[in-house]
Amino acid sequence: MFDFFLTFIPRAIIQGTPLLYGSTGETLTEKSGNLNLGIPGIMYVGAISGVIGAFYYESSLPGPEAFNGALAVAITLGANLLGSLLMGLLYCFLTVTLRANQNVTGLAMTTFGVGFGNFFGGSLIKLSGNEMPYLALNRTSLAFRTPMPGASTTGWFGQLFLSYGFLAYLAVILSLVAAFVLKRTRVGLHLRAVGENPATADAAGINVNRYKYAATCIGSVIAGLGGLYYVMDYASGIWSNNAFGDRGWLAIALVIFTIWRPNRGILSAYLFGGLYILHMYIPTGTDLAVKELYKMAPYVVTIVVLIISSIRNNREKQPPASLGLSYFREER
Amino acid sequence: MANKVKEPLIHITRRDAIPWYKSWGYRAGAVLLSMAVCALITVLTTGENPLSVFGTIFDASFSTQRRTWVVFQNLAMLLCVSLAVVPAFRMRFWNLGGEGQILAGALATTACMICLRDALPNGVMIPVSLLCSIAAGALWGFLPAFFKAKWGTNETLFTLMMNYIAIQLVSFFIIVWEMPKGAGQIGIINQSTEIGWLPAVAGQKYLLNIIIVSVLTVLMFIYMNYSKQGYEIAVVGESVRTARYVGIKVERVIIRTMVLSGALCGLAGFLLVSGTDHTLTTSLAGGRGFTAVMVAWLAKFNPIWMILTSFLLVFLDKGASDISTNFGLNRSFSDILTGVILFFIIGSEFFINYRISFRHSAKKEEEKHV
Amino acid sequence: MNTSAAVEMRNISKRFGTKVQANDNVSLDIQRGEILALLGENGSGKTTLMNMLAGIYFPDSGTILVNGEPVVISSPRKAMELGIGMIHQHFKLVDVLSAAENIVLGLEGKLDLKEATRKIREICDAYGFDVDPNQKIYNMSVSQKQTVEIVKVLYRGADILILDEPTAVLTPQETDKLFAVLRNMRDDGKTIVIITHKLNEVEALSDKVAVLRAGRYIGTLITKKTNAAEMTNMMVGRAVSLDIDRPEPEKPELRMEIRDATVRDEEGLLKLDHVSFDIYGGEILGIAGISGAGQKELLESIYGLQRMEEGSILFHDPDTGETAELKGKKPLQIQQMGISLSFVPEDRLGMGLVGSMDIADNIMLRSYRNGSYGFLNRKDPKKMARWIVTELGVSTPGIDTPVRRLSGGNVQKILVGREIVQTPRVLMMAYPVRGLDINASYTIYQLMNLQKEKGVAVVFVGEDLDVLMELCDRILVLCGGKVSGIVDGRKADKQEIGMMMTRVGGEQDGQ
Repeated sequence: MFDFFLTFIPRAIIQGTPLLYGSTGETLTEKSGNLNLGIPGIMYVGAISGVIGAFYYESSLPGPEAFNGALAVAITLGANLLGSLLMGLLYCFLTVTLRANQNVTGLAMTTFGVGFGNFFGGSLIKLSGNEMPYLALNRTSLAFRTPMPGASTTGWFGQLFLSYGFLAYLAVILSLVAAFVLKRTRVGLHLRAVGENPATADAAGINVNRYKYAATCIGSVIAGLGGLYYVMDYASGIWSNNAFGDRGWLAIALVIFTIWRPNRGILSAYLFGGLYILHMYIPTGTDLAVKELYKMAPYVVTIVVLIISSIRNNREKQPPASLGLSYFREER
Repeated sequence: MANKVKEPLIHITRRDAIPWYKSWGYRAGAVLLSMAVCALITVLTTGENPLSVFGTIFDASFSTQRRTWVVFQNLAMLLCVSLAVVPAFRMRFWNLGGEGQILAGALATTACMICLRDALPNGVMIPVSLLCSIAAGALWGFLPAFFKAKWGTNETLFTLMMNYIAIQLVSFFIIVWEMPKGAGQIGIINQSTEIGWLPAVAGQKYLLNIIIVSVLTVLMFIYMNYSKQGYEIAVVGESVRTARYVGIKVERVIIRTMVLSGALCGLAGFLLVSGTDHTLTTSLAGGRGFTAVMVAWLAKFNPIWMILTSFLLVFLDKGASDISTNFGLNRSFSDILTGVILFFIIGSEFFINYRISFRHSAKKEEEKHV
Repeated sequence: MNTSAAVEMRNISKRFGTKVQANDNVSLDIQRGEILALLGENGSGKTTLMNMLAGIYFPDSGTILVNGEPVVISSPRKAMELGIGMIHQHFKLVDVLSAAENIVLGLEGKLDLKEATRKIREICDAYGFDVDPNQKIYNMSVSQKQTVEIVKVLYRGADILILDEPTAVLTPQETDKLFAVLRNMRDDGKTIVIITHKLNEVEALSDKVAVLRAGRYIGTLITKKTNAAEMTNMMVGRAVSLDIDRPEPEKPELRMEIRDATVRDEEGLLKLDHVSFDIYGGEILGIAGISGAGQKELLESIYGLQRMEEGSILFHDPDTGETAELKGKKPLQIQQMGISLSFVPEDRLGMGLVGSMDIADNIMLRSYRNGSYGFLNRKDPKKMARWIVTELGVSTPGIDTPVRRLSGGNVQKILVGREIVQTPRVLMMAYPVRGLDINASYTIYQLMNLQKEKGVAVVFVGEDLDVLMELCDRILVLCGGKVSGIVDGRKADKQEIGMMMTRVGGEQDGQ
């Protein structure tokens, strides 16, 4: 039994980490009143941007011995951040400055982002001359996957807690920081006010648009890291088109599941990750069909949470009141 | 005394309304601009001269008869889903669940075709699977509507989640019905008997779908503009208070409209399985549920504009995929172009809805709004 | 110590658009450490004047001096820097945040809720507020929310407080509590302005009372040295003759009996308290009262939009002679009983009409069910629309113009026209001439008279007492959800009605 957990939990954590990034980013975004349905696209763009960075770094090297892990990580991260930031800015420009409908904009961004990811992914695969439909960035990935010191010497403890690449820990740290900022700082207070009641925030002298821009862009960047983690760590640096799948939507589901609390996101993300791979550990294992039903679980659970929270109508457990609406001072 | 209040340099006010030719002018301008940007992107990635790129795009849809049929089939399917989400949107209900509703309908059709193939003759099979798919789509629409009407449950997120439940259900059944065992796919259903296949009309297998959707377009136009129910939907969407004032049962309208919306998506699923694909995959809907949301929203429910928008998207999609084959790019190229065009159309709405005035004229505007 | 007044406003004027002169050359002094009541009818310019102190509006002309220094108040933030804080009628609070979080919202520096809580407690103790800094706003009663707004202003160091009709939302007990706190604040040296139109509050609370009428400053009185009659006089002015026709009612017959109508709002506040009266066919019944005295609830509960907790509404059908109980019936049910009630709501585009639809489609709102086989019949509504447009002189490019694009007067003509075409038995109108110019207003008056002559029972909720007195046969005066009295429109006295509006039963019942 213990052995089971020892293999199951790390896998759930690895599976859950991209979701955790996505949901932390989306939670911040939604707290400002922006329902960014472009998150799946942003995670794709983040991932491919990182891959592009890594690819060009790796192929610019004269030989394998010239590889510098820290530099590879820096370049990959930089490209990743830039890609997701630009997507965040695009979303803000359309929805905040031009006050376009958030749902339509988000969906268009997802179409664009997924296409962008697959297009450049496909192009890079072709450039690399690989016969198989994927691109392998083993060396950069290894740098990302370097476990914490002591992972292999501390037995089960190391396996459970130290065996992950740094991005897995960063996800936890970011969600804790996000929770802290939202709950304990003035910036967080103002951000919550913006998402709940922009008119009141405006009257209190808070720059609504600036907060929306900042929260959405930071949220995009964090979500983009989730995409990067997926390729570089979970997939061991192997990009193949569409492999990221519907994880972006799952991240949005996770936001609802955690009732807009990033700190709850950590365990919930691992739970979702666990649900996602649970089918592999089910004794009926031979029936492949059933595993698809298990994959349904996160979505069913999310709907149940959504329904229960609307029926109980507890004010603490609702989406930010102005979620999905653009703010225009002169409208009232 | 001098007014020392610092006025913003740019002042934005909501427009009352602008004549239709102006708003269409803005949209057309946005489309042209986006085409220019797309051309630029294409030229940069392919190194080809723009004219030959446009030639390729045009050829992709019209060089052969078969291609033209495919374009019209795709146009019909996208239009069908767009029509399905229109009533929900008119009511300000965000049905992002088109994808799931299509799959629910497709799943129902597939189930009929597989489970009842030995029990029913083709003449009965088709109406039965049609009804089942409509019912399945309607159920997928009913669930979020029921909770929205009763408890105000957020429909955007609810319908979104329903998509993935449908996808997983489909995945489940694909494995249950996979042919041959272990293939991970169903393959062409009833290939030899063609039971449950929609007949080819005048020798064209896509024609029936196109006819059905054309009829549907006219019916939907009539429903939205000339029926009592369509009128009720418009009133509820505009103002729930006015609806209550004139005695409309708002909850009932919400549920009824979403059932209709889901049912039509279910019909689209039926047409896809029974009419064209004769198989079921998780990507059967192909993102149409989402694209339709954008088509319906951007076309402001105007059927002609919807046809044009759908056509533009399908046309470019085909063209871009041809460019990618010709130039050894990848098929996702078309998604990028679609995205760019959508961004421009989305952005153009701002200039239709708002007036931008600069400092010197800002003062008068302000007076009006105080 | 500075001996000048806390605030001096000199020759302040403010116009909105071209038609509305909200304030006309107003000069007003507010002395330090006093409670000043700013008294005036609805629309007399009280709130606008104070909004200019609070930095919401900027005066067209005139000067403002604070503590003897001329100042420019360009924003609420600037007002706050000058120590001026205003508590608006509509609270600006974020529901899911706690009181303390709301109070510090928008301030700068590190967020220290503990310190803020301590400071809030200090303020509360000093003046006797009862507020829990950690309580969430959505859990609070209206009066608690108001307290949070006041504490918010004090927290930011205001010593001039302006309260815009603070008692409108309070129960009598809560009002007493508020007044006690305000007196404490005055004794502490704060300057307080309370905007009101209730005489008893002026008497109970203020040191001085300044009166505005139609945007003009009328005068300031020492509260102790004046009386209700004098204040009412200044507030309403002399009756003006408007020359509105008032035909004698012909054989008025009992149409509706309303008995003990009692209505609560969503928050459980009593909005109508055992209201009883009769409505007669062939006469115009005016309903007077300060805003929010229960007019809206009264009309909406008769029409079937609001649930009546208690009471009954009996309708007498003049054709069949039958009597029907309307309590608990929805608008559609009443319609299906064959009873034609027409209702022109106060919120024309939010409730009566659909702004984005054209005139004909709006006319159809009431009759769209008449079409056959699930389809709409647009022919008759179009005919009606054309009739209304010509008959009422609606200026519009055509009947296919969205009503949102029409001017306020034309919108109202369409709404009233539609309700009249229903050939109602009872026609209820809430503020039908609000925002209309003089010509449009007279069109509406004439329409009411025409309906009256046809034997329709007309119920007219108005805010202009002169109009009510010239047009109505009887006037029902509401005060705080109760019937203050019913007077004969031909013999009524403006002062008397004004008195009844502020005190149930008028002067004799006053405290």
